[in-house]
Amino acid sequence: MEVIDGNSAIAEAIKQIGPDVVISYPQIPSISILESIASFIANGEMDSEFLNVDSDYSAMSACIGVAASGGRAFTATASQGLALMHETLFIASSLRLPIVMGITNRALAAPINFNADHSDSMAQRDSGWIQIFSENSQEAYDNIIQAFKIAENKEVRTPVMVGIDSTFNFNVHENVYVQTNDEILEFENKPDSNYSILDIENPKTVGSFCTPDYFFEHKINQNKGIESSRKIIKDVGREFGDRFNRYYGYFETYKLEDAEFAVILMSSAAGIAKKAIDAMRKKGEKVGLLKLRVFRPFPYKELRESLSNLKSIAVLDRVLTPGTYGGPLFIETMAALYGLEKRPLVYPYIYGLGGRDIMLKHIEDTFDDIKKSFNNEKSNFEIKYINLRE
Amino acid sequence: MLKKWQDLEIGGINFNTRNSVKNDLKYLETGKKPEFNHELCKNCFLCWVFCPDNAIIVENNIIKGINYDFCKGCGICITECPVTGVHQPLYIKNDESES
Ligand code: SF4
Ligand code: SF4
Repeated sequence: MEVIDGNSAIAEAIKQIGPDVVISYPQIPSISILESIASFIANGEMDSEFLNVDSDYSAMSACIGVAASGGRAFTATASQGLALMHETLFIASSLRLPIVMGITNRALAAPINFNADHSDSMAQRDSGWIQIFSENSQEAYDNIIQAFKIAENKEVRTPVMVGIDSTFNFNVHENVYVQTNDEILEFENKPDSNYSILDIENPKTVGSFCTPDYFFEHKINQNKGIESSRKIIKDVGREFGDRFNRYYGYFETYKLEDAEFAVILMSSAAGIAKKAIDAMRKKGEKVGLLKLRVFRPFPYKELRESLSNLKSIAVLDRVLTPGTYGGPLFIETMAALYGLEKRPLVYPYIYGLGGRDIMLKHIEDTFDDIKKSFNNEKSNFEIKYINLRE
Repeated sequence: MLKKWQDLEIGGINFNTRNSVKNDLKYLETGKKPEFNHELCKNCFLCWVFCPDNAIIVENNIIKGINYDFCKGCGICITECPVTGVHQPLYIKNDESES
């Protein structure tokens, strides 16, 4: 067991996996992931190539080059850096390159802010990447270990981004169970160089031009990768659990089985939500939590099953998507539940933008709010903002 | 026949690149360029449409031959020409026999 923060947990996992190339551009606050890796390499603790580049855009471009050459690539970024990568993210996913990237989720400017917010990852939700979110340092470590195994699966071959919350994860030191190097080595795949462009015996073209004759077919073929990952994510989570006794799925439920009212959210706020639920349960209230771990591919069928018996749900998005009805998590949850005959009522909430605190009383207030709305004929389905001065 | 999406390679990778080491680029490799026999030509213009270098000479709407300053010997015109058989309007001259 080690006492480390979220970024160090990611660096620790990378040290054990030892990608061929780690590509580095200093972005706040993900920089400490890369700093730690740089010192591991300098101290001789890992022998990856460390590549400094001139922007986040170049970092992802270099990842694409490494992965297309059959190597394992890792980089980390956040916020503006991830936004700058936007174009190259689509190329990485459509060329089916198994890159893994750590994201220290941080608000997008303006105004400039370094704190926790999911607007950077959420802006990339259609980029074709698998998106996994972590609640704490332990999950950050575990998710990175699993990310390589998911991305490199032959059926999947799709890049994975693993998010942790800025400030709440990267400034907070926690106990983390770190597995031994041998355990990790045994768990990981053997790299597959079948698709390497450096294989001069079998020349191939990567990233070629495509006319309308084939473009549609290529895109549907790409989608098969992320769709296959649905099964692989589950399998890898189960295998990880069997080996290390920490099981993972698409989401974690907390006291949801007999709950009538629930909150759905992602990442670090789940901790405080669990505390609030414990307190409310003591008072006899039937409340629960669903913490989504995998946002892409969106587990709509599984959500439908888990949420169908609830009376009403508050979906908490840590992102503002201006002009939409609720955040992305709300919209997707609504769409998932629409197929049910008897649906729970779903309410959109926005919280925690730019690192705004969410505390026990805010979660409790949210539960009270949806309970009141549920019992009220004329309930209000407008977006509500948690802990906003208004 | 165009392929279905299920039959495409992962990531749109082309494993069958036209590489002179791996593939028999028969015309390019020999350095030969097509000859033209106007008596067999149906004047359908397919060679003119497909020639990537616009090397098919046309005069007064009639195919006249090949401009060897620009022909790169890819043989696409031979492939596209609908006149098939022993004698073709576009052909590669064999060193041993006449045509
Ligand atoms: S061989 Fe190729 S370049 Fe030459 S005329 Fe025929 S199509 Fe054009
Ligand atoms: S394709 Fe053949 S038949 Fe048609 S114009 Fe060219 S040489 Fe003549």
